[in-house]
Amino acid sequence: MFDSGKTLLELCSDNNKSIWEITVKSEIKNTGIDENTLIDKLREILIVMEESALIGLDREINTMGGLLDNDAIKLEQYKKSGKTFSGEFILDAVAKSLSVSQVNASMGKVVAAPTAGAAGIMPAILFSNKKNHSFNEKDMIKGLLTSSAIGQIIAKKATVSGAEGGCQAECGSAAAMAAGALVEMVNGTPEQVLHAASFALTNIMGLICDPIAGLVEYPCALRNTSGVTNAYLSADLALSGMKSLIPFDEVVESMFEVGNLMPSSLKETALGGLATTPTGEMIRDKLK
Amino acid sequence: MKNYGVFDILGPIMVGPSSSHTAGAARLGNLARIIVGKPFSRVDFYLHGSFAKTMAGHGTDKALLAGVLGMRPDDENLSKSFEIAKEKNINFTFEEKDLGYTHSNTVKFVFTLAKNKKFHVTGSSIGGGNVLITNIDGTEIEFSGSKPTILVRNRDTKGVIAHISTILATSEVNIATMNVVRNKDIATMVIEVDSNIEESLINKISELKDIIYIKGINPIKE
Repeated sequence: MFDSGKTLLELCSDNNKSIWEITVKSEIKNTGIDENTLIDKLREILIVMEESALIGLDREINTMGGLLDNDAIKLEQYKKSGKTFSGEFILDAVAKSLSVSQVNASMGKVVAAPTAGAAGIMPAILFSNKKNHSFNEKDMIKGLLTSSAIGQIIAKKATVSGAEGGCQAECGSAAAMAAGALVEMVNGTPEQVLHAASFALTNIMGLICDPIAGLVEYPCALRNTSGVTNAYLSADLALSGMKSLIPFDEVVESMFEVGNLMPSSLKETALGGLATTPTGEMIRDKLK
Repeated sequence: MKNYGVFDILGPIMVGPSSSHTAGAARLGNLARIIVGKPFSRVDFYLHGSFAKTMAGHGTDKALLAGVLGMRPDDENLSKSFEIAKEKNINFTFEEKDLGYTHSNTVKFVFTLAKNKKFHVTGSSIGGGNVLITNIDGTEIEFSGSKPTILVRNRDTKGVIAHISTILATSEVNIATMNVVRNKDIATMVIEVDSNIEESLINKISELKDIIYIKGINPIKE
């Protein structure tokens, strides 16, 4: 049982286990689920995540508001040009996150991770690593479990809801979960997992939620793409040995405090930010 | 503070775009359908607050209707619920309505049953696909449907609770929580139990004297 990063690290070191192993134990203890059922449910999640990450790469998807213009297809083609700044590896993942955002906005099937609005980030980092690291199903399940441990602590100490904490709570939490999962999947230490999660949250602290016309489309899809790059960067920083000056728990508490200080106009209500720019309002009025 | 598990963070597996406005809406519709438990020819949906404001853009209308038709939050036909309702000859309307001081994502379902009888259910989508039923046909009540739940209405006479708990005990069903609300001489009981509810158990309880209504509601799977 863990309710903070500190207790999670203590449990890891006292039992000489990884975060994913502690998460399994804790889930079994708290819910009575058996290990096989737990793993089967995670497999189902992986299947839906992979489908949603791939569908939009070569198929046109009409979203309900029409604010996403099949950008996953464009990026999928552009990434092969050999002239990109971000590199094929990053753009491959980013295209997959766009695919998930488009599927979500067209009433297709996704896995909320931790929310539907931020659902693109976890599938992107799980299914785009094939070239540099070949993650097998077992690795991905470890990654999912680790990401859920991070998400559980954030949900408990703060929030993962955009209406309560802004986009930092949704895409920020998803990026923190993804960064931690990446570190776990290459066998980083539990401390490195939490440093990576701390970096991801620190990098986007204060990010508002200002959906155009109140739809889960734009800028949500864009912020999923930056969430993916944030996750890779944060994982690499932690694996290189860089340490978060502020401990994970304090970063999470601080994110919550920042969310509370944010006016409600910047928390999912579409009453501020990009949503109330002249163009944002014009789009909203047109969709009415 | 609430405790979270693996699948509170990873999940639900759902049809987008919003866990509270789409998945939660479908879940509420499902619960309302089970609570009504009878054939209906028409449903009028009254949407409050944020539910009304973002309705079409988040597919809330489609998801609510899909739910009352029995589709689960991950059913890919959810977006076709209008057409499916028409095929089944079920009429429906959506209307914005101030339902008073309540959660911003609240909906009141008014079902039209046989002989033009009305039955209403009110509930809220409280985030991450989680929901609360708050009113059943005029009785204020609160339950989430996340645990197997037995809903009982009975004439308020002595011993009913004791009889029900005896049946549960002899059927080896463990009570997790129990709430009783009384409205005039009708008592409404919400009993959450630890194991899935079998039809035979419900039948046994329904044979008791003074029971007016009983429903066993197992959690809506994703």
